[in-house]
Amino acid sequence: MGLPLVESALQWNSGILNANRDPKNDDVEFQITRLYSRFHSLDKGENGALSREDFQRIPELAINPLGDRIINAFFPEGEDQVNFRGFMRTLAHFRPVEDNEKSKGHDASEPLNSRNNKLLFAFRLYDLDRDDKISRDELLQVLRMMVGVNISDEQLGSIADRTIQEADTNGDMSISFSEFIKVLEKVDVEQKMSIRFLH
Amino acid sequence: MAVLRRPECLLLTALLLFCWPYSSSALQWDEDLNVELRDADNATAETSLNKQGNQTEHAPATIDTLPIVTWKWHHVEAPYLVALWVLVCWLCKLVFELNHRVTNIFPESGLLILIGFVLGGIVWGADKKATFALQPTTFFYYLLPQIILDAGYCMPNKLFFSNMGAILVYAVIGTCWNAGAVGISLWGCYEGGAMGHLEIGFLQFLLFGSLLSAVDPVAVIAVFEEVHVNEVLFILVFGESLLNDGVTVVLYNVCDAFVSLGAAKINAAEIIKGIISFFVVAFGGALVGVIFAIILCLLTRCTKNIQIIEAGFIFVISYLSYLTAEMLSLSAIMAITFCGVCSQKYINVNMDERSVNTVRYAMKVFANGSETMIFVFLGISAIDPAIWVWNTGFILLTLLFVFVYRIMGVFFLTWFLNKTRLVPVETIEQVIMSYGGLRGGVAYALATVLDPVKIKEKNLMLCTTFLVIYFTVVLQGVTMKPLVKWLKVKRSAQSELKLIEKLNNRTFEHTLCAVEDICGRIGDNWWIRGWNRFEQKWICRYLMKPSARKSQDYLFGVFHQLNLEDAVNYVSEGERRGSLAFMRSEDAASVDFKKKFGTDMSDIMPDIMVNTDFNGLDVSMSSVTRESVPSVSLEIHENDTKNLRNNNDVNVHHLLQQHLYKSRKHHRHKYSRSHFSINQSEDEVQEIFQRTMRSRLESFKSAKMGVAPAKKISKHPQKDRQQKMSNGKSLDKSKAHPYGDEDFEFSDGNSASGGEAATYQTPYATRSGIVNRAFMPEMDTPPTMRTPPWLSQAETDGSVAPSQRAQRSLPWSPSNIRRLAPLRISNRSTDSFIMADVVKPPENPEDRNSRRDET
Repeated sequence: MGLPLVESALQWNSGILNANRDPKNDDVEFQITRLYSRFHSLDKGENGALSREDFQRIPELAINPLGDRIINAFFPEGEDQVNFRGFMRTLAHFRPVEDNEKSKGHDASEPLNSRNNKLLFAFRLYDLDRDDKISRDELLQVLRMMVGVNISDEQLGSIADRTIQEADTNGDMSISFSEFIKVLEKVDVEQKMSIRFLH
Repeated sequence: MAVLRRPECLLLTALLLFCWPYSSSALQWDEDLNVELRDADNATAETSLNKQGNQTEHAPATIDTLPIVTWKWHHVEAPYLVALWVLVCWLCKLVFELNHRVTNIFPESGLLILIGFVLGGIVWGADKKATFALQPTTFFYYLLPQIILDAGYCMPNKLFFSNMGAILVYAVIGTCWNAGAVGISLWGCYEGGAMGHLEIGFLQFLLFGSLLSAVDPVAVIAVFEEVHVNEVLFILVFGESLLNDGVTVVLYNVCDAFVSLGAAKINAAEIIKGIISFFVVAFGGALVGVIFAIILCLLTRCTKNIQIIEAGFIFVISYLSYLTAEMLSLSAIMAITFCGVCSQKYINVNMDERSVNTVRYAMKVFANGSETMIFVFLGISAIDPAIWVWNTGFILLTLLFVFVYRIMGVFFLTWFLNKTRLVPVETIEQVIMSYGGLRGGVAYALATVLDPVKIKEKNLMLCTTFLVIYFTVVLQGVTMKPLVKWLKVKRSAQSELKLIEKLNNRTFEHTLCAVEDICGRIGDNWWIRGWNRFEQKWICRYLMKPSARKSQDYLFGVFHQLNLEDAVNYVSEGERRGSLAFMRSEDAASVDFKKKFGTDMSDIMPDIMVNTDFNGLDVSMSSVTRESVPSVSLEIHENDTKNLRNNNDVNVHHLLQQHLYKSRKHHRHKYSRSHFSINQSEDEVQEIFQRTMRSRLESFKSAKMGVAPAKKISKHPQKDRQQKMSNGKSLDKSKAHPYGDEDFEFSDGNSASGGEAATYQTPYATRSGIVNRAFMPEMDTPPTMRTPPWLSQAETDGSVAPSQRAQRSLPWSPSNIRRLAPLRISNRSTDSFIMADVVKPPENPEDRNSRRDET
């Protein structure tokens, strides 16, 4: 099992492979090993890849309003299997941003856990048809998932309208990714979309 | 103070004048009855003698004849003096706040202490002794509770609990470290001979250290609120100061008990007991607070019928929690803090919106008032030569140790905490945190409680405490702002509440939860979600009103709040601008009315119109507000007391109505389509109005014969008018809507018509899109008819009719009303709004001009 581990380490560390992170390598290795064992335990088919059913077996995801959307985010378009590399690639979005990365500026390849990529991940949760726009319908679907049953469709509709209005700058009644970034520029996404994978 | 302008000078003089006779009155009648503010040392035989003399003088036992009025100073002396002092303190604040240049540089707390010196000097000069001093009982029972309650009640809960761990570490371990380190170091220096001979033992030093360890929330809030640091830093410092007050008092009591016990009797068992009692007292206090919070929530569930006093319950129960904890010798500060923190969410939902506002404002009044008094009295109390004992070594070393150990403590604890924090506390923030270790009223009150029998050097400790307070509040307070600027600490970004931000925050939370689940890790998010579910399932069921629970949805709440804000802004803006906008809305309603009834009632139209219009608004507004959603902040002065009895009315509704009526009555001359001059007679207004109505009715009648055109997005305002008319008709067939909002667009386009009456004809000729031919001739009335001759003058002068550009820039122009999208419950759908949204009115004048050029 040596090979996937090394490969995934590359994924995990994408962008921070500057070899000057020796002291943290232990941490990283530990995290990857840990996640690999988790991957294995999820992989009921024992074929080195996870299917949607494997994810759906996690009980907590069933009660997460966005559970299915997030499961979908693990699967590249058109595929219904995800190997450990892909698994790690998705999870890497949630690595906290280290201080030295923040100051590094724009490198050739942006790390997966950069602000923009975190936002892109969130954006994709809405954008079902992948046209890089959140339309009113797409927003309504997410809203419907996230609010209680006490809100009527009409109220929800006006909430959606208003939400789009806040973000929509070019007047096409949908939210493009650039508008999405713009309207959320005050939210510290780095913090809100990060998980400590330690422990 | 050189920058004082004239009114401020006047006020200051008035203040001083006001103080003079009063302090000389203090000379004449001694404040024996002044229980609250009287210095205990002053209760001498002489004063009581004096008082008796006064009594015989003013209240003779036998009377010869019936007195018409009598001088009864002694009947009212105590409350009178208290009230006067409150007034004096608040006047001081008033004087400072008149000039922001002073308070920008100098923090208010420092200024208040300084004016306290002046007032104290006046009293001293008149009385030759310190008549007034802040008594610890006054402080702990009457001044402190409301400040702590306010802090707890207004605490940003989520921020507080998500940083709870760090706050507790700072508050408990940090405070103990400060107390111990300062005490032991002072003792070491004393043993080393740095401060001569003093009658202070090791335990007394510890006691002194513990009373100095309290970072004062009052001072911290006062300074940090002016500085606007980022919210995490603020909550760390503020939460710490709030909780460590409780910890300090507990620590102080433990040390005090040790001192009373005497060094000889202290053994391991006693120390262990001390530690246990420390935790029991602190957390027991918190528990008392939680219990009272639950009682409070349960109580507010059923106060629906006594809304007038339901706000009072908050204060009474919270105060009871404070006293109960005190009675049980638990930490009262912890109790009232947790009472406020835990109950805020539920009582805000349970209570009527007006009561919530009342509570908020009343709490601010009390807290701010007593804060002011505390600072002023910290100054006044110092003017007493009896307490000033100078010992250079002791005082300087205390200052040094307090300062240094605070920094050391903060840096060490932060280093430790940063290992587990997702977002580490930066070094600069640590500097600010350690620099923000302001001492205040609590330290002073604890120092005055010291028993002079057990602690021989009480006065030395007291005056050192004073100096520490002045040093931290004045010096560090003044330098805090420049320091924050200089170090470029992340300031708090005053971000506007946005629906999309809220929505995405929720999305992020769910995402993190899901990812944690996928990774198979139990982390913070797991706990947060667990708590949320538990709260949803159990706590809300018992502590919230059923009705409040129903409408309790986060996103919806935000949406509702935004809409209310918009409504208020819209109304006030409309009024400021001469309520052109509202005339338009009535215009719309009149159209609507006619559509509904289709009868020729144009003569009595104005009156009926008003009614229909407002009924429509009433329905929609009150139905919105009846679903009382938490935390709607409206300015309280806009709340009219007349409406208090009407339970279903809420401020906004009332507000709207008020303004609408007013606009109808007082601004009729600004009726949007033809601009009248102000001095025009009422008859003329009436006449023109009716004529317009009639002509419009005619056009509607003819429009009904024509085709019902499809709704089309239009970017040509000139055309809007006609289109809207037809829209109104088509809508009329399908559904009735009370105040056709889509007609706002109509009048928007028209509002500019006055300015360009000459070019009015041309757009009709050149416009594209769907044109209702049958409808045109009617609509295309010559400019002279719509704007009668006597009006053309008024049009030309800009004072009445806002220029076209001005109207474009109107931030709450009717096109913006679409932000006030409806939350309708009735059969009226939101379609009309959505359609109204589709219309895209913004068009800059250049476009218009260019089009005019083309034609």
